[in-house]
Amino acid sequence: MARARGRVATAGNVDVPDKMKNRIPVVLLACGSFNPITNMHLRLFEVARDHLHKTGMYQVVEGIISPVNDNYGKKDLVPSHHRVAMVRLALQTSDWIRVDSWESEQVQWMETVKVLRHHQSQLLRSAARMEGLDPDKPPSDLTAAPELKLLCGADILKTFQTPNLWKDSHIQEIVEKFGLVCVSRAGHDPQGYILGSPILSKYRHNIHLAREPVPNEISATYVRRALSQGQSVKYLLPDAVIGYIKDHGLYMTDSSQKGRSTQRNKGKTS
Amino acid sequence: MEELERTEVVLLACGSFNPITNMHLRLFELARDHMNSTGKYRVVKGIISPVGDAYKKKGLIPAHHRVTMAELATKTSGWVEVDPWESLQKEWVETVKVLRHHQERLEAGSCHQWQNSPEQEKPSRKRKWAEPRQNSTQKKPLQPNTKAAPQVKLLCGADLLESFGVPNLWKSEDIARILADYGLVCVTRAGSDAQKFIYESDVLWRHRHDIHLVNEWVTNDISSTKIRRALRRGQSIRYLVPDPVQEYIQEHGIYSAESEDRNLGVVLAPLQRNIEEDAS
Repeated sequence: MARARGRVATAGNVDVPDKMKNRIPVVLLACGSFNPITNMHLRLFEVARDHLHKTGMYQVVEGIISPVNDNYGKKDLVPSHHRVAMVRLALQTSDWIRVDSWESEQVQWMETVKVLRHHQSQLLRSAARMEGLDPDKPPSDLTAAPELKLLCGADILKTFQTPNLWKDSHIQEIVEKFGLVCVSRAGHDPQGYILGSPILSKYRHNIHLAREPVPNEISATYVRRALSQGQSVKYLLPDAVIGYIKDHGLYMTDSSQKGRSTQRNKGKTS
Repeated sequence: MEELERTEVVLLACGSFNPITNMHLRLFELARDHMNSTGKYRVVKGIISPVGDAYKKKGLIPAHHRVTMAELATKTSGWVEVDPWESLQKEWVETVKVLRHHQERLEAGSCHQWQNSPEQEKPSRKRKWAEPRQNSTQKKPLQPNTKAAPQVKLLCGADLLESFGVPNLWKSEDIARILADYGLVCVTRAGSDAQKFIYESDVLWRHRHDIHLVNEWVTNDISSTKIRRALRRGQSIRYLVPDPVQEYIQEHGIYSAESEDRNLGVVLAPLQRNIEEDAS
């Protein structure tokens, strides 16, 4: 099966740097409901990668989509095995982004910072393994574990302000130990959110604000509503995902039941 | 049932499609849902008609590329197709003439049996239009055709509606013809702007019942201009255009700073023609 290369489609004669050797390797992790995944979610990765590459300092080596656990309790959340399957289908043609079901398979919902810690330790482990496999290679930064950064939309940055939604210590750990790549969204002022928060201001060097050059406000909420009303969502999400939704009869009703409220509900991308 | 009383409609979209984007494709989906949900219409086909090179728009790349990309983009659609007729004409063709051409073709084609079953999404099958459907399960007895040909309607975004106000871009009699003989299906973000525009124009107001406004609730600003700009800047366009289109663009390297300068300083064909005709 011919797979589309995840390379950036460039205009002719554009200078694309291919010597990324001295750059810091980065892995982007996106957490969220992905209920369902849409082209907008996928765009976040592309925009974030372009942005980091443009800084000249980073090379994005991998993207990970981590759908949230069912026990998150958000309204209309379809079972995680479906959400994971849809993400997998959506990523069939991407050669750098993958889905990870670890978070969804845990017994209970867990805070984002714990998901970051898990993936960080996974990355360290595989870096150590690679180093162990090749004793001839000097223990240099060739096998240094990549930096893991949380990828999100600007709306998530805003939710840091919501009382009791995030633990302050978690926000700090996320921006201090990991880093944030935040893709702009209409109606949000990420600079303003950073300036308005002491923690975010302190670590603003570790918060990368990427601008989406082509505004595109596809929300999964809209997609679910359209599906329940029998309207087309073609071209808003990958065809393979639409096929899956139809095959499994997902999102046929706009559920009116309230999701189970958990003590520390987190705002996540819908 | 009322199925038989519905007017069959073909949605025709004219434009540069330079390149085609997911937004263009969404227009069709939104318009079809809307027209079908009125209970009065049944949309049976969508046609993408890329403009010819003689249009002379700045940055317009050769038509064969634009047609090919549109074909790649509609491969997975069971009802939207590309028609290269307009793009193959040597001179630029006014939109009303393109509408007329397609309406006449449909009327000629309606001599064949038309089946009444609703369109199914068949991703693998691209139906050639004006061909009778080869559906062996149909047991419809042969009878003289009394069914009217589908009505062609011009599908567009708000930008085309507003372009009616640009001096010399459209002949006012053409605008009236487009509305009266065919009709407009206009997908807009803020319905109120389009409504205001209609209100403020006498010719649009007169034909306001021939203008169907469709609300686009998902702001979708995937303009081709922005796509071309992103390409020049080495930015990704993935998920803004169908994958096969993105691959085609990458393989052929068709968009660049040079391609954007095509027709620089050249007068747009409709402006040229209308000014000349007024002068003569």
